[in-house]
Amino acid sequence: MDLLLLITIFVVALFLGVELITKVPPTLHTPLMSASNAISGITLVGAILAAGSGAGVLVNILGFLAVILATINVVGGYLVTNRMLAMFKRK
Amino acid sequence: MSPTFVSIAYLVAAVLFILGIKNLTKPRTAVKGNQLSSIAMLIAVVVTLLDQQILGYSWIIVGMLIGGFIGAYLARTVQMTSMPEMVAALNGFGGGASLFVALANVFDPSMADNSVAQLSIGITVLIGSVTLSGSFVAFGKLKELLSGNPIKVPGNTILNGALVVAGLLLILANTMSPGGGWIFLLVVVAIALGLVLVLPIGGADMPVVIALLNSYSGIAAATAGFISGNTVLIISGSLVGASGLILTQIMCKAMNRSLPNVLFGVMAEGG
Repeated sequence: MDLLLLITIFVVALFLGVELITKVPPTLHTPLMSASNAISGITLVGAILAAGSGAGVLVNILGFLAVILATINVVGGYLVTNRMLAMFKRK
Repeated sequence: MSPTFVSIAYLVAAVLFILGIKNLTKPRTAVKGNQLSSIAMLIAVVVTLLDQQILGYSWIIVGMLIGGFIGAYLARTVQMTSMPEMVAALNGFGGGASLFVALANVFDPSMADNSVAQLSIGITVLIGSVTLSGSFVAFGKLKELLSGNPIKVPGNTILNGALVVAGLLLILANTMSPGGGWIFLLVVVAIALGLVLVLPIGGADMPVVIALLNSYSGIAAATAGFISGNTVLIISGSLVGASGLILTQIMCKAMNRSLPNVLFGVMAEGG
């Protein structure tokens, strides 16, 4: 895809990210951090494409390691956030 | 599945991530926010699995099974009081994942002549490695494997500066002449940078540091997206990068600290 278009998406998303977070009550600081940590596990998409590509065994193996690490991040991240928020709701 | 369909699904995922983060900032809607964001992740992953570029599934499936099992085990067994170090460790894995995605692309022959891809690989390796080593230092400090006290590294400011400059030069060298082994030197330099950045910071400030490293891992995911022009990586990565930075600032304020104070406080005290 056109590089300029990708840079446009990148910059707009950065500004959107800044605007999304305005006032956050302190009790939500850790859950929000944990939730956005899970989102950064989106790199799993890149990992899957590398692990399944036809570009050679070395690419696949490094992609495989990336898949393991990213899946730990994603699965662990969402479950941990869920546990935190469940405790939060009880109060 | 056609590239158009993949792009549309990525757009849907991006919108759900945005709504998810928005909802996560309010106590009443936080649970819903986490659900929206997890649905977005599911859509992005499933659609990627159906992508035409994928020729074999064995590495992917085994990797996801191993990672899923470890992630679920860690999330279920961790004590509620150990959540900050858990997030630190998970963040370290995320940074490591972006690092390995970039390294995988180093060995993709179709990337060899693409200077945008090489530049993106370099930046991803730098940020991913810093996130990886920095997060595990934060984990070690909170877990009390390392001393919670600030650990002074001699000549810290100069060392930090030298490592940053070396990292940038190595990125440049790799972009100009890819495949020269620069990238592996960069991994070493960036891992060292992550260590010296976090070691001098006290244990009490670790939550802020983890929030900052979380922002870094988002940026690493976004720059990994630039390697092959993946829109969902770029959007969600930069969302996390920017919102993580704002969250870091908010957390600093809540602790009555300023970000430079947290990051460089020790050096100032040490004169």
